[in-house]
Amino acid sequence: MTQLTVEDLHKRYGDHEVLKGISLSAEAGDVISIIGSSGSGKSTFLRCINFLEQPDAGRIAVAGEEIGLVRGRDGHLKVADAKQLQRLRTRLAMVFQHFNLWAHMTVIENVMEAPVHVLGLSKAEARERAEAYLDKVGIARLRDAYPAHMSGGQQQRVAIARALAMEPAVLLFDEPTSALDPELVGEVLKVMRALAEEGRTMVVVTHEMGFAREVSSQVMFLHQGLAEEVGAPAEVFDRPRSERLRQFLSGSLK
Amino acid sequence: MMDWHIIVDSLPQYVDGLWLTVQLTVLSLLAGLVLAIPFAVARISANPLLAKPVWVFTYFFRGTPMLIQLLLIYYGLGQFEWIQQQWQDGSRFWLVFREPYGCALVTFALNTCAYTTEILAGALRATPHGEIEAAQACGMSRATMLRRILIPGALRRALPAYSNEAIFMLHGTAIASTITLVDLTGVARNVYSQHFAPFEAFLFAGFIYLLLTFGLVGLFRLAERRWLAHLQPRKAVKDAA
Repeated sequence: MTQLTVEDLHKRYGDHEVLKGISLSAEAGDVISIIGSSGSGKSTFLRCINFLEQPDAGRIAVAGEEIGLVRGRDGHLKVADAKQLQRLRTRLAMVFQHFNLWAHMTVIENVMEAPVHVLGLSKAEARERAEAYLDKVGIARLRDAYPAHMSGGQQQRVAIARALAMEPAVLLFDEPTSALDPELVGEVLKVMRALAEEGRTMVVVTHEMGFAREVSSQVMFLHQGLAEEVGAPAEVFDRPRSERLRQFLSGSLK
Repeated sequence: MMDWHIIVDSLPQYVDGLWLTVQLTVLSLLAGLVLAIPFAVARISANPLLAKPVWVFTYFFRGTPMLIQLLLIYYGLGQFEWIQQQWQDGSRFWLVFREPYGCALVTFALNTCAYTTEILAGALRATPHGEIEAAQACGMSRATMLRRILIPGALRRALPAYSNEAIFMLHGTAIASTITLVDLTGVARNVYSQHFAPFEAFLFAGFIYLLLTFGLVGLFRLAERRWLAHLQPRKAVKDAA
């Protein structure tokens, strides 16, 4: 079943066109890695999917339901129904580069927050769910710690548990290891690898070429707002067709 | 030398004055804080119809001396015939402004509300953008985000600045004595004029204010330990894995 469809997404900042028509389709269990140099538009693309950025044109559907869009008086595309967006956002969980945990809440409160106050679960149900996911990311022992008292890797694993607790259709990862010290990257990638193996649907913007090659079912290379190459990792990494991808790969693989 | 008899003899008066000072401080702080939360949310609103009136309110109350505000409300309101009419009709709301106690409470509450609004608005604006995005991304409505993320975070961040405001307010209540109220300062003035002993009368009042201030500081230290635990340095926690 198709969990996420993005068609012909455009985004511009003033005169600068960041995304020039990008499409993507994720079936259940797909892991799609989006790679590209900085400024290629890959983070913007991911942030347009859940409307943290407003796309200027395009269509987005989550688990078969299209997000209703209208063109406002200023010519910009707008979400027609804020309630629908809120509902569909619960199906798209996001993991951020800088974790973005709620600082005044403990680990378990962070993970229980949206299940209780957005999905309407009882505290007991949410606690059970939170403990299960914290256990899965290996952080159950720190349930009563505050984010500021944890390492970046630990915080990111909490953020992953927080995303999982929504039991979303698709997990969106926005450079989840880019803000981490090198020795902490492994613990986060290990968790993400396990999620991929469980068959979760994931869209991952990443600089980790090893992860993209070994874990993804599909790799998309973005360059100057266009999907320059899309394909299976073996294809993209071993037989790059464009000069730009060859250059990018030789630069990132060293 | 201090004449301790004067202080001992007037202790009951000081106790009454202390009680009035505590009432004025606590009630005005409570009312001011409760009002300041919605005001601060309006103050940072993108809608000028919400933000502007609050801006005018806080600039008036922060831009003029509290004594002037107190005198305006205490002497000024009674000049309006319409308000005199309300008093004659026994309007519960307007009768508050006929009594010095009511005038002082309302003035102090509005004054501290103005300062607290600005403190809270600043703390709301300082919310890390990532926390807002995380809330949006999981489908939170704006109201839930305010209630669960923005306001609880801002109240905590505002605590150190607010503790100063609370202490200023405690000291500010001293001007209640200018409109016939016998608070701590009022008692001190009475004792002084009965005995012509300024040091005994005012030093003792000052000493009680000092104790009250230490009490407030202690309370806020406890509150910070409880609500700012997430910002306090702590030994790094070892991972379970």
